Amino acid sequence: MSDMKGGQRAATIAVLVENEAGVLARVIGLFSGRGYNIDSLTVAPVDETGQISRITVVTSGTDMVIEQIKAQLDRLVPVHKVSDLSIEGPHLTRELALIKVVGRGENRMEVLRLADAFRARVVDATTESFVLEMTGNGDKIDAFVALMRPIGLAEVSRTGAVAIARGPKGIME
Amino acid sequence: MSAATQAPPSTEALTLSGAEVVLRALKDNGVEVIFGYPGGAVLPIYDSIFQQNAIRHILVRHEQAAVHAAEGYARSTGKVGVVLVTSGPGATNAVTGLVDALMDSIPVICLTGQVPTHLIGNDAFQEADTTGITRPATKHNYLVKKSEDLSRVMHEAFYVAKSGRPGPVVIDLPKDILINKAPYREATTQSHRSYRPRTEPDAKGIREAVRLLKRAHRPIVYAGGGVINAGPEASRLLREFVRMTGMPCTNTLMGLGAFPAEDPQFLGMLGMHGTYEANLAMHGCDVMFNIGARFDDRVTGRLNAFSPGSKKIHADIDPSSINKNVAVDVPIVGDARAVLAAMIEAWKADEAPQDKSAIAAWWRQIEGWRGKDCLAYRQESKIIKPQHAVKRLYEITRELGRDTFITTEVGQHQMWAAQYFGFDKPNRWMTSGGLGTMGYGLPAAMGVQIAHPDALVIDIAGEASILMNIQEMGTLAQYRLPVKVFILNNEYMGMVRQWQELLHGGRYSESYSASLPDFVKLAESFHAVGMRAEGIDDLDRVIREMIAIDKPVIADICVAKDENCFPMIPSGAAHNEMILAPGQEGGVAGVTDEGKVLV
Repeated sequence: MSDMKGGQRAATIAVLVENEAGVLARVIGLFSGRGYNIDSLTVAPVDETGQISRITVVTSGTDMVIEQIKAQLDRLVPVHKVSDLSIEGPHLTRELALIKVVGRGENRMEVLRLADAFRARVVDATTESFVLEMTGNGDKIDAFVALMRPIGLAEVSRTGAVAIARGPKGIME
Repeated sequence: MSAATQAPPSTEALTLSGAEVVLRALKDNGVEVIFGYPGGAVLPIYDSIFQQNAIRHILVRHEQAAVHAAEGYARSTGKVGVVLVTSGPGATNAVTGLVDALMDSIPVICLTGQVPTHLIGNDAFQEADTTGITRPATKHNYLVKKSEDLSRVMHEAFYVAKSGRPGPVVIDLPKDILINKAPYREATTQSHRSYRPRTEPDAKGIREAVRLLKRAHRPIVYAGGGVINAGPEASRLLREFVRMTGMPCTNTLMGLGAFPAEDPQFLGMLGMHGTYEANLAMHGCDVMFNIGARFDDRVTGRLNAFSPGSKKIHADIDPSSINKNVAVDVPIVGDARAVLAAMIEAWKADEAPQDKSAIAAWWRQIEGWRGKDCLAYRQESKIIKPQHAVKRLYEITRELGRDTFITTEVGQHQMWAAQYFGFDKPNRWMTSGGLGTMGYGLPAAMGVQIAHPDALVIDIAGEASILMNIQEMGTLAQYRLPVKVFILNNEYMGMVRQWQELLHGGRYSESYSASLPDFVKLAESFHAVGMRAEGIDDLDRVIREMIAIDKPVIADICVAKDENCFPMIPSGAAHNEMILAPGQEGGVAGVTDEGKVLV
């Protein structure tokens, strides 16, 4: 791969797939088998009958590798559509995180103050802990988690990115 | 439990047992023969096979061989090859064949038995996660969990296997699905929900390709297995295009036969053991037209030195093959036949004149390279040179005018076969190119002979490779398949020995073929004819006798033990750094560790 052109870039790729057994294994196997990176991956059915799932995969590589990833995904039999949101125009990326913070006294107040600033919601509380829910792009969640760490971060669960293009056009158009 | 009772079949559906649905679907998809091996999970299908005559079953001796036989059948006919194996070890034994078909883009359908649906995941007897294991080994695979899906999956599998870039498809069939009633529906004309490969090329790419080629001073056509896969018409169009443009043409290992070997515009095979003229023309060209090839590492040599000064046009049916290894200037996605037809039309429509004097000068340069006679060898003693054995085999089959099909195993003999046996038609050359599977040739030859009962089918083999599927001699005997096994016996895994000689200081670690069988007696024990050529005086006689006998034959050709396969582009070297002859191995001493890393 010595002659690849250009530097690395991150890509957020949306893949619409037939919701059949093994389809996720096929996509993941493609990445591991060919040595591509997966920074995050999310999947859920998105049509009314549950026949079609949308996979959002965040990956990175040179332009040549990203193009190759898209071509390889597109030739999988159950794949309907591959869309590289990162280059096809403006798009939104969101991630949901559940963050458990443990602490007492002033630390609890600090957690709530910061949560408010980051628009995180308290979804569970005990006298010594909170579970906070927040959505945002990955950077925002990273920043919030970093602030919680010295206060008493106990656990983080994140969904990975989901993304959609801005504007009226749908992915299949 | 029966799915058929959960979802009552519509009025037009015919209700059969699952096994009957499988056979009916095969028949309706034009299948006449399947290669298989029975076992517990597929007994219902075998029972149905017993009760019908439309589909002939060929009983192999090992499931890997069933897949290679189906590949040989497919490659020599252009049809889909079909395999039937049982669950567990039946399926796992088939995996090598499946990957072989995947790498070489061969349409194969492999039906695998599976434990009944209620036992899946229970570590039942002869259970394996077949769809899990074969996912990266196939173009696509299916596990049929509902009887109502069975006939749709069967039809869809044929479409997937043969459309776009062809490949192997596995259908995993739990035993209850085979026994329960299932509705049979004929194939619909409805297009696939998600899989619709593009076959017609974009006109803009074609125009740009023709514009570049017409103005080229040093053009070359580099044609691969995609031309063969696109059917004989694609090969005819390739011939027409190359002749009308006056360009030189080279073929990949997979593409041999796509352009006639005898044609003066043919430069021979390119790549690691390709001809000097083909590789130097690739290196020195100014416009390259790749049709149906994939810039494989065996072809390109060191990538950053590959054809440095050329504009590259790449036409391929698989978009993922384009810009994978080599960045190209004009990508064209399409079927090779459609691309070539469009190229011919566009060439006629483009009124710009070709620079004939530049093309003539290019040919003079190529003739200079040809003058090196890179495939020359000296048959000087009584010991048979392996190159000479293949050359005589070729000359004698030509002289006899028999329609000849060649399969090979993998190694030096394979390269000698590619270099010294000329192919004038497509679908006559079956070799394991991408995966490099030793043991491919004999079962592939079986499949070819089944498809072409009157043709001369020869497996050019090495003494090491042939032992990897030697059990198939039994299949040859059972079905009276007069396949000829032509063993170039040098008592070494020759290609391994060659690399050890050239790259590992002559330390021949484990590459000697010790304790070989007596191939003549071995043939006889399998009800075949065995013969041996010990020296040059025996060679022609043995070849002629072998061909004349209407039975399976093993011809054990004792060849020079230390012969190496030249010319050769050493690992990590460029096309213009070829080694032509044994005396010239200085080039190999310079192979860097970076080069040695490459296989």
